[in-house]
Parts: sequence; structure tokens; C-alpha cells
Amino acid sequence: MKTLNVEQLRFLELGPYDFQLHAGQCTGLSGPSGCGKSQLLRCLADLEPHQGKINLDAVEQQSVPAHEWRKKVALLPAESQWWYDSVAEHFETLEQNALERLGFQSEVGHWSIMRMSSGEKQRLGLLRLLQNQPQVLLLDEPTANLDQDNTRLFEEFVMEYLQLHQATCIWVSHDADQLKRIAQHHFVFQSGELNHVD
Amino acid sequence: MLIELSSLDLSMAAILVLLLGLLSWRMQLDISRQLYIAALRTTVQLLLIGLVLKALFASTQPLFILLIAMLMISVAGFEILSRQKRKLHPLGGFVISTGSLFVSSFIITLLCLLVIIQADPWYHPQYAIPLLGMLLGNTMTGIALGMDRLLQSAWQQRPVIEQRLMLGQAPCDAISDIRKEAMRAGMIPIINSMAAAGLVSLPGMMTGQILAGAPPVEAVKYQILIMFMITAGTGFGVVSTLWLISRRLFDERERLSFRRLLKTTEQH
Repeated sequence: MKTLNVEQLRFLELGPYDFQLHAGQCTGLSGPSGCGKSQLLRCLADLEPHQGKINLDAVEQQSVPAHEWRKKVALLPAESQWWYDSVAEHFETLEQNALERLGFQSEVGHWSIMRMSSGEKQRLGLLRLLQNQPQVLLLDEPTANLDQDNTRLFEEFVMEYLQLHQATCIWVSHDADQLKRIAQHHFVFQSGELNHVD
Repeated sequence: MLIELSSLDLSMAAILVLLLGLLSWRMQLDISRQLYIAALRTTVQLLLIGLVLKALFASTQPLFILLIAMLMISVAGFEILSRQKRKLHPLGGFVISTGSLFVSSFIITLLCLLVIIQADPWYHPQYAIPLLGMLLGNTMTGIALGMDRLLQSAWQQRPVIEQRLMLGQAPCDAISDIRKEAMRAGMIPIINSMAAAGLVSLPGMMTGQILAGAPPVEAVKYQILIMFMITAGTGFGVVSTLWLISRRLFDERERLSFRRLLKTTEQH
């Protein structure tokens, strides 16, 4: 059972914040653009300077090398980056099964990265991130560019991953219906305050 | 053996440069000012160094030679910094550039003087100063190119580097492709000039020795020695620059940060 425990987190001029994420559960996060949601996720992945204590079970963030931490606490940014010529080069293995369940044909590995739409980048970005088998997923508006069908596929895929690996996740979304479908907890981030809503 | 050049001989060459400047001014090519300043600098600097060398050869004081060598390295260090598109913090940048020049030029010159040439005394300025000068001039170019490429690419590809960090890559992996590119950029000029030597170009030092009356095969041997030293120097210099810079590109928590490297005005 993995729990992410955040105590007295401060960053920029914001905070302190205290909250917990529990294994197998999804926590929704919403709030106006520019309020610091992405910054919060970046702090959890240790990509921004911050104060406070962040623990994954007994492991304290600052006690392990940052790249080890980021394998366990994985951030999927709103816009993912691709640097090799083809899609497949970014993967160790492309699992057919996983590809199909996210709505792809198997030849996607041969695609040039130039032909990926932003929605395809988000779905493949998730697959690439899950290769590290993270315990915490930080998803920054992961379905913003997906149509309804693909959004549902994406949601089911993440939910199953959380159950299977007893992982946990923060899902940033502006879609209240979506958060109702997938999240057991819902935080609203507004004017520097992080509030739990029911 | 050596036919001496008179002031008139030099003036005739200078007139050519003057004519070129006039032509570019007529054609509004905006290069004449730079051209004249550079020509003037070359004349003054070389005449001065001629006088310094004359005094040096007369004295062979080790401390004096060391002082001149340090001065040469510092000037080359500044030159590297001034060739960067992204401006570094003056002090930190100077430490990186002179540090790399020290590894690449100074130590290799020492090695060459002590082990290969073995003049008497080994630090005899007739060998030490021209060798160091040639090494500095060439490694400086390689280091400047490599550094510029690394900083430019890292700056432009910030999102990619961060993405790779997010995927759990260590900094040295996240920047590996950019580093390879920068190494190539730094090494290509010397690799090209080794490949073209003798076929396309007759290297300057060899030509100089032949003009001064040295037997061609001896001149060629010296040239090969110099080429190898320059290549090794450039390689070690670029490697150490890349190492020093990529270490400072990431903070203690492996986050990409230009704060410790670039001037604040360059970070926006």
C-alpha cells in the first residue's frame, strides 16, 4: 500500500499545504488557470524548489536521488515532448495490448513524431510514463485534447493501472463530470488556498 | 636564409586590405570598420608580441615565461566568453573557459616540452611560447564552438530536457544528445583541417618553417606533432567544458536551471 504524504508544502509565495493521497484512489484537482496547479505537481515531482516534507510511504523525497524519485512520482505534463524521429524510439517496448486499449493500431511505433496530434501525444505520453511503473501519477489535464470516446478509454486505462499497481494519482481537470466519474476526492485550488470539496 | 621584409613590403600588403575596405564601403557591405579595427589590432598586437618575444629570448627567466603564459591563457579565456551568444556570469564563465584551456593547452604544452621536444632548458621560450600560442589559438576555437552549441541547444530544448527528467532520466542522460552535438561542433574544425592538411591547405607553421629555410621533411614532422597536439588539446578542452557546464546546468536536486550559469538578463 502506497501513500503520498505531503506536509507543510510551500512554493513560490504559496502554502503551506497538507494532504495525503491513498493507494488505489484518484484525487481530482481543479481551479482557475494560472492558480499554481501545475506548479504544485512540479513540486511533488521535485522539478521546482519548494519547502516542506513529501513522503512516499517511508521514503522522504529529499533522501533519494531526484531521478529515482521521479520514476516513482511521475508527472505527465499538459504538453509532452518527443525528441527522437519515431515514436518507438521513445519506448523500451510498445505493448500491443496497451496500445489497442488506448485506441491505437500497432503500426503507431513507426510513426514520425511529426504526425502525432496533441491528443495522440497525450495518450502515448501516458504509456511512455507508465514504463517506469510509477506509484504516483501526476496528470496535468491529460484528456484536454481528447474526444469523448478516447477520454473514456484513457480514464479506464488509468483507473485499472491504479488498481493493479495500488498506485495513486492526482488528476487535474476543468471537467466536473469527469472528476465525478473518476475521483474519490476533489480538491479546488483557488487564490492560494487548497480546499477539499465533497 | 630568411629574406627580411621591409616596411615597404608590409605597406603593400596593407594597401590591399585598405582597398578591400574601400570597396566594401562603396558597396555598403558594412564590414570596413570591423576590417580596419581588426587589421590595426593584428599589427599592433603582433609587433608588441614580437618585442616581448625578443626580450623573452634574451632572458629565459622561467617566472617571466610563466607570467606570459598565464596572460595568454586569460586573454583566450575572455575571447571564448565573448564569442558566446548566451552570455555567462563573468566570473563563473571565466573559470570554466580558462579551466578548460588550462587542461587542453597548458598541460599538453608542458607535456610536449618535457617529454617530446626536450629543449635545453625545457622551458626555452623559443619553443614554449609559440607552441602554447598555437595550441591556445586552435583549442580556443573548438572550446568556444562547443560551449556555444551546448548552451544554445540546452536553452532551446529546455522542454525536452525537462521531459526527460520527468521520465526519471539522470541529468547526464537527459542532456546526452545535446552533449554529443556540442562535442561534434567543437571537434569538426580540427578534424576537417587534419583531413585537408597537405592536400587542400599547407598548414601555416609548416609553411613558415619552410620559408625560414628549414628542410621540408623536418617542417612536416613538426606540423604533424602540432596537429596531434591541437587535436588532443581541443578534444580534452571541449570535453572538460561540456563537463563543467552540464554540471552547472542542473541544481543539487537534478533540476534544469540556468541561474548558476547565465547572466540574469539572459534567462528570459
